[in-house]
Amino acid sequence: MWGILGRRAVVNGGISASSLRSRVRSSSVSARSYAAAGSKEMTVRDALNSAIDEEMSADPKVFVMGEEVGQYQGAYKITKGLLEKYGPERVYDTPITEAGFTGIGVGAAYAGLKPVVEFMTFNFSMQAIDHIINSAAKSNYMSAGQINVPIVFRGPNGAAAGVGAQHSQCYAAWYASVPGLKVLAPYSAEDARGLLKAAIRDPDPVVFLENELLYGESFPISEEALDSSFCLPIGKAKIEREGKDVTITTFSKMVGFALKAAEKLAEEGISAEVINLRSIRPLDRATINASVRKTSRLVTVEEGFPQHGVCAEICASVVEESFSYLDAPVERIAGADVPMPYAANLERLALPQVEDIVRAAKRACFRSK
Amino acid sequence: MSLSRLSSRSNLIPRPLSAAISRLISTDTTPITIETSLPFTAHLCDPPSRSVESSTQELLTFFRTMALMRRMEIAADSLYKAKLIRGFCHLYDGQEAVAIGMEAAITRKDAIITAYRDHCIFLGRGGSLYEVFAELMGRRDGCSRGKGGSMHFYKKDASFYGGHGIVGAQVPLGCGIAFAQKYDKEEAVTFAMYGDGAANQGQLFEALNISALWDLPSILVCENNHYGMGTAEWRAAKSPSYYKRGDYVPGLKVDGMDAFAVKQACKFAKEHALKNGPIILEMDTYRYHGHSMSDPGSTYRTRDEISGVRQERDPIERIKKLVLSHDIATEKELKDMEKEIRKEVDDAIAKAKDCPMPEPSELFTNVYVKGFGTESFGPDRKEVKAALP
Repeated sequence: MWGILGRRAVVNGGISASSLRSRVRSSSVSARSYAAAGSKEMTVRDALNSAIDEEMSADPKVFVMGEEVGQYQGAYKITKGLLEKYGPERVYDTPITEAGFTGIGVGAAYAGLKPVVEFMTFNFSMQAIDHIINSAAKSNYMSAGQINVPIVFRGPNGAAAGVGAQHSQCYAAWYASVPGLKVLAPYSAEDARGLLKAAIRDPDPVVFLENELLYGESFPISEEALDSSFCLPIGKAKIEREGKDVTITTFSKMVGFALKAAEKLAEEGISAEVINLRSIRPLDRATINASVRKTSRLVTVEEGFPQHGVCAEICASVVEESFSYLDAPVERIAGADVPMPYAANLERLALPQVEDIVRAAKRACFRSK
Repeated sequence: MSLSRLSSRSNLIPRPLSAAISRLISTDTTPITIETSLPFTAHLCDPPSRSVESSTQELLTFFRTMALMRRMEIAADSLYKAKLIRGFCHLYDGQEAVAIGMEAAITRKDAIITAYRDHCIFLGRGGSLYEVFAELMGRRDGCSRGKGGSMHFYKKDASFYGGHGIVGAQVPLGCGIAFAQKYDKEEAVTFAMYGDGAANQGQLFEALNISALWDLPSILVCENNHYGMGTAEWRAAKSPSYYKRGDYVPGLKVDGMDAFAVKQACKFAKEHALKNGPIILEMDTYRYHGHSMSDPGSTYRTRDEISGVRQERDPIERIKKLVLSHDIATEKELKDMEKEIRKEVDDAIAKAKDCPMPEPSELFTNVYVKGFGTESFGPDRKEVKAALP
């Protein structure tokens, strides 16, 4: 059932790929002129909020916990209105003690509740990472299935704008290396809704990596995605744009950049296939490899540090499984191998830009200019 | 009280018992009041009475269960030296009174979570000797099917949540279980056990703060055996009054070698936690073995100290004296009981030795509850792959 939903979502995404691109560019302007008659739009923030709301409504075991999630309405307003609607027995404001409240969340999950634990950013999750890895991820295995942990750890991940080195790291690679965890990274509003609902319903611990700069972005959203039963499958990537010359894989905010790059490449006669990973663990190696076998070229993109990153895993997977199909070396575009600087120009240099993706794709196509 | 009811409470009493002993144990609940050996020391609360209500049956059960726990741990020592147990093995002998006293005060709906010195707690919660030895030896019938090992015993149906290897992590987890008990209105409490070494962990105070703020029914039990691995408490803690460490949270210091004191304290703590939120219990106890089987336990403490505690404060000896002084059993009957226990332990070990190791396919089970058929890999991913169900 989920597979069918996934495919329909691809069709929707495909139709509005160009309108998607212009929406991403003009974030606060709802470009209604692009919208097909009757189609709605939703910000990622509203998508996340509605997903949590619906899951709390459907299952009394679901509760929210984190700093400022209640009375403050959420540091980024993702949990806005939930305290008023569900009361203090379902929405808990915690002190600034990540290790403590994450441990409490995991313990509550051991005992059968379904916590949604918010980290104000994933940088702060490092204070609680022992509980995420040792208390949550490994428990089902160590107990041979007696203790499962139906918890979601969510919050913004990766770079924001001008927040400096301690507030800009991407943790996708760290968490996705751990067996027992599921790691999801939505891009669009539909991704946000479908993946968060799936994560909350999932009986295993899920790390849900959002992106602060995407919260305010509006995306078209189908009726189906607005339904309260809507879920996206975990472990399945989405082909945002079909192409035949080069495969570009990425996740989160970089999907928008990759789509822009694909437009630029199209102007030069290169047809790029853009894959939105959606799920970092499990990684949809099948979709990635099928695409590379079609295009023979790969550019992987991520915002995080390059060494031992998500891109490195994808390159390894493709080289192992589809070596004879490759017509060019695999290309990686990632964040610069430095702590994030503050100055705007340096920050721009530290993060992948559309031109980086275009350049790499051209290299893969043996077109250097 | 019938034998069968006893057995359902704990499967520690085997079926074929000598006639004498079954007579003893089925001698029903003649009430006895025992005075704790030491008074309780209280912080921000009124200590409970030193007079503990007990019964003939309870005394005998205490003796028998603690002797079983003791025997089990000594046997594990031998198995470790014979290399049948690998890795880490943290033994509890000396501390049995804490496990048994706690069980006597609570129900199976109350939860217990502890760190890695968990064999006896697991037994107290209803686990079997066979499951213990099979798990220690990494066999298929172990309580975690051989996949956990010594530090990862669990028994969820008895509200025993493990079995944790990271020092201190179990305390916030325990407060989370208490959170769930309150959320679900269960009228039950959680005992989160930790050692004097873990007592300095920051996450403990974070969890205690939240427990106090949200009135969670969590009881923090510090098993103070005075050494955090090789570091004596005075070298690790500026304030070794662990029962006072909660500051605004009440605490009680308890003679942890006295099973009745432990029982009274846990009963008191449960009543407190259900009404008023968290409380700390400090159990003054002692471990005869080193921190683990890799630690001889004599480089940081004298042999005189160890034998001194064994002579003056051994929990099983204390119960034995009480049993004898109350004429509940004779020396010979107790010796016979010990012989039976030895046999029970030996039989369990023999059976566990015969148990096969887990199937290779178990490498890939229980990674997830719902794996969606994702692929997982062995060291050579082109050789060994599995689809996670």
